[in-house]
Amino acid sequence: MLIKKAVDIPSSEITPKNVYLNRRKFLAGTIISGAAAVAGMSLRELAEPTNVLKDVSNYNNYYEFSTDKYEPAKLAKDFKTQPWSVTIDGQVKKKQVLDVDTVMKMATPEERIYRHRCVEGWSIVVPWVGFSLSELIKKAEPLPKATFVEFTTVLDPNHMPGQRTGVLDWPYVEGLRMDEAMHPLALLCFGMYGETLPNQDGAPLRIVVPWKYGFKSAKAIVRIHFTDKQPVNTWNKSAPNEYGFYSNVNPNVDHPRWSQAKERRLGEFFKRPTLMFNGYDQVASLYSGMDLKKNF
Amino acid sequence: MIRWFKPIVFLACLAPLAQLGWKAYNQALGANPIEVITHSTGDWILIFLLITLAVTPVRKLTGQLWLIRYRRMFGLFAFFYAMLHFLTYIWLDKFFDVHEILADVAKRRFITMGFTGFVLLIPLALTSTKGSIRRLGGKRWQALHRLIYFSAIAGVIHYVWLVKADIRKPLQYAFVLGILLTYRIVVWALPKIRAKKTATLSGRRMELPRG
Repeated sequence: MLIKKAVDIPSSEITPKNVYLNRRKFLAGTIISGAAAVAGMSLRELAEPTNVLKDVSNYNNYYEFSTDKYEPAKLAKDFKTQPWSVTIDGQVKKKQVLDVDTVMKMATPEERIYRHRCVEGWSIVVPWVGFSLSELIKKAEPLPKATFVEFTTVLDPNHMPGQRTGVLDWPYVEGLRMDEAMHPLALLCFGMYGETLPNQDGAPLRIVVPWKYGFKSAKAIVRIHFTDKQPVNTWNKSAPNEYGFYSNVNPNVDHPRWSQAKERRLGEFFKRPTLMFNGYDQVASLYSGMDLKKNF
Repeated sequence: MIRWFKPIVFLACLAPLAQLGWKAYNQALGANPIEVITHSTGDWILIFLLITLAVTPVRKLTGQLWLIRYRRMFGLFAFFYAMLHFLTYIWLDKFFDVHEILADVAKRRFITMGFTGFVLLIPLALTSTKGSIRRLGGKRWQALHRLIYFSAIAGVIHYVWLVKADIRKPLQYAFVLGILLTYRIVVWALPKIRAKKTATLSGRRMELPRG
């Protein structure tokens, strides 16, 4: 309740300065611990053990910082996620530029424990915090023409050393078909392990699409664009024969250079068999009648 | 060179393995230890192959003839790390699943290339003794050991084909290998070009009286 007051009155006037400066963390912390209190979420449980935070926050494919997975934790340490605005535009009734704090308060956050499978053949189990991406989409009121949603990561080469290289075509772009984006599993995420998202895991705002390979889950999002054209996602542009638009986790469709039949869960010695749609069979109907070998 | 120098170099060549062992013991190999072991042993194969290939040029260019006594050791260390790399793959990655390994070697070009590079090193390691040089004869032994060029090329291509987008590091290896191989081409071709030049020059001299 005290927090509500702090929001109504300019916080600079009544809040101690250090708390004021940490407003983002403070608010997010409150929202996120609230999320843990939401009971009865079926997505809060997974039979497999959750990975430790240390692994999830020190092993990151975040090419904006480095192509070495152990580097982003160091390189993203001082990355500024405040102020941060998110542009919602394209085929929507409500085109707007929102502060990320506003986005975070659009719906009640939940904790969701998801499997996360990287296209490289490793996987983790992460307790994310956020709400269904569909909540934001509904509020943006997409027009009938909007059949795809495109996500753009921030372009900030001064603070993202990886963007000073030509390894990928910056800024990073990812996309989903509208029905994929509307699926309740698709998460708009701003926290994990009951805390704000660490910078190296995509703060302040990312998506998590658990049935697709990790690179589909764009990080540090600044733009959500609704369109009638299938977005050209960055990895698809980089190597079209290796990374498709759909990139659903599929043990039966190999990456041209390696098998996708098994994966190494971080912290485990033996490999596990990879599950179709990463074990999220509830999305299968989105692709009924589609040749998933062709639409890889 | 001082007698105790060789054992020190030998121990230094074991340092990468010792470091891996130490990190493993202290659980400091990060979130994906097997990947770290695979990448680290892979790096050291290429480094030792390049060091081995650098011995002759450096020796010739600096006149430090004693360097040749270290070449076999460096080459054998390349093979040693190649065995560790290969063992990591068949054990920790494939868990001795022969069917899967064969499918990999046949289907994945980067595996095919890496495997080729490894197989090419086997005869070199087997014939690395002084006795083998005697038995094969210097010329034939030397010809056989030129396989190291192809092994190193295969190793670098294996690395280039393996990375997702960032080929900067494999290209660094390719660059150094390129220099070391170019040196050989120059050394091989230069006398021929010189001989040809002398031939044409003397040819012209021969023509002079006729003109």
